[in-house]
Amino acid sequence: MEGAAVLGRLNWLEAEVVEIRPETSQTKTIGFEVPGWPGHRAGQHVDVRLTAEDGYQAERTYSIASAVDDSRIELTVERLDDGEVSPYLTDELRPGDTIELRGPVGGYFVWDPHAQGTVFLVGGGSGVVPLMAMARQRAAEGSKIPTRLLYSARTWDDVIYRDELTRLAAGDAGLDLVYTLTRAQPPGWEGYGRRVDLELLAEVAPAPAVLAVAFVCGPTPFVEAVASGLVQLGHVPARVKTERFGPTGG
Amino acid sequence: MGLTLVTGEPLRESQQDPKKEDEMPPISRGFRGRHRDDASSDRVPPGQYVTEDFPVLSAGPTPHTRLEQWDFSITGEVDNPHRWSWEEFRALPTEAVTVDIHCVTKWSKLDSVWEGVSVDTLLEGIETSGEYALPFCDGGYTTNLPLEDLTGGKAWVAFAYDGEPLEPEHGGPARLLVPHLYFWKSAKWVRGMRLAVTNEPGFWETNGYHIYGDPWKEQRYWGD
Repeated sequence: MEGAAVLGRLNWLEAEVVEIRPETSQTKTIGFEVPGWPGHRAGQHVDVRLTAEDGYQAERTYSIASAVDDSRIELTVERLDDGEVSPYLTDELRPGDTIELRGPVGGYFVWDPHAQGTVFLVGGGSGVVPLMAMARQRAAEGSKIPTRLLYSARTWDDVIYRDELTRLAAGDAGLDLVYTLTRAQPPGWEGYGRRVDLELLAEVAPAPAVLAVAFVCGPTPFVEAVASGLVQLGHVPARVKTERFGPTGG
Repeated sequence: MGLTLVTGEPLRESQQDPKKEDEMPPISRGFRGRHRDDASSDRVPPGQYVTEDFPVLSAGPTPHTRLEQWDFSITGEVDNPHRWSWEEFRALPTEAVTVDIHCVTKWSKLDSVWEGVSVDTLLEGIETSGEYALPFCDGGYTTNLPLEDLTGGKAWVAFAYDGEPLEPEHGGPARLLVPHLYFWKSAKWVRGMRLAVTNEPGFWETNGYHIYGDPWKEQRYWGD
């Protein structure tokens, strides 16, 4: 679906749960089979609609975690304890259940297979989800675009996709992984151990001359710090694309 | 989208949608949801939920324009472009408004309190043949609206939220406030608007979002 040309209305589609994988204590990945899914670009999101027996409905938006894969898509959902939708998705949903999806949505925060230069992915917490879709899409395409992922999580156990990221980076000199663990670090930890600040960004971010685009996704204070930090370091604001993950409502 | 054209019949909207709007969607097994109280439910458009927070959404870094460099201008299909410095803008009559706002990402916020200059005030004495406005902003963001959605007490250029100067991440020093449309139309960091004869899609409108954006009709995306 290059160019995200959507003709006509994005219809609600029935999506059958085909797989549920725990990622961390707070997040699960849910795989759906969605007949009629028009395909997506890495970084796009999807609307989710739940319907109660009395007809009450709730909708939320989630980033797609998976690369393009026919009629299958995966969402990674962080459980928000006081949320209305996310606890249902993470705790209640079982393989074989059906919910509704509508998408893909968003044509801006998306992986560009023709990017010239280095792509910088910066994720805070579950903000890594659309960036993971990009890393997966990049791998699926066999892309050589130099890509660096800076991933800020609270602890090592809060790192979503840890094994897969390690695997992706191990087999690919073009993909760099840099972690910062803001709350606790395992013994012998050699990565960063603080919130992303200007000094950290200066060390990790590609130089302005080689940056193709930066994708920044996370909670608002994280995105504000990273995006303004990149501008302070001399990056062109138009090359810094942001997306926010609020813990709101969920 | 796999359309089959019925002979001789013009293609109608309803035929594009395999699932009729009145058809009962599948029940999500075990989902009960958090029902809204009756008082607020008629103020919350379809597909929205109420939040007490004020989430931030923007496509790029937050611009920080100094007030002495800030101005607001009305350009395009006008006899003479108009321009206000920050001081001139702040000398205009202001209005305090309490409105509900609805973001296309599903949250709604009830009774948000703003202070701003009515767009009617800004347009006073301006003759235009344009029927559309293309607000433009620091950071390059644009959006598009019919001019009639900005006039008649429906829109403001807001500089204060909840009694405080509008914070940069929420669009300060000034943002458009058009509460009856999805909130992406309420452009942050607004610096002016170009009036035009034609309706030219703005930033999100070229990126998959609806050209008009009425939350009560759930006009979120292209084709809604």
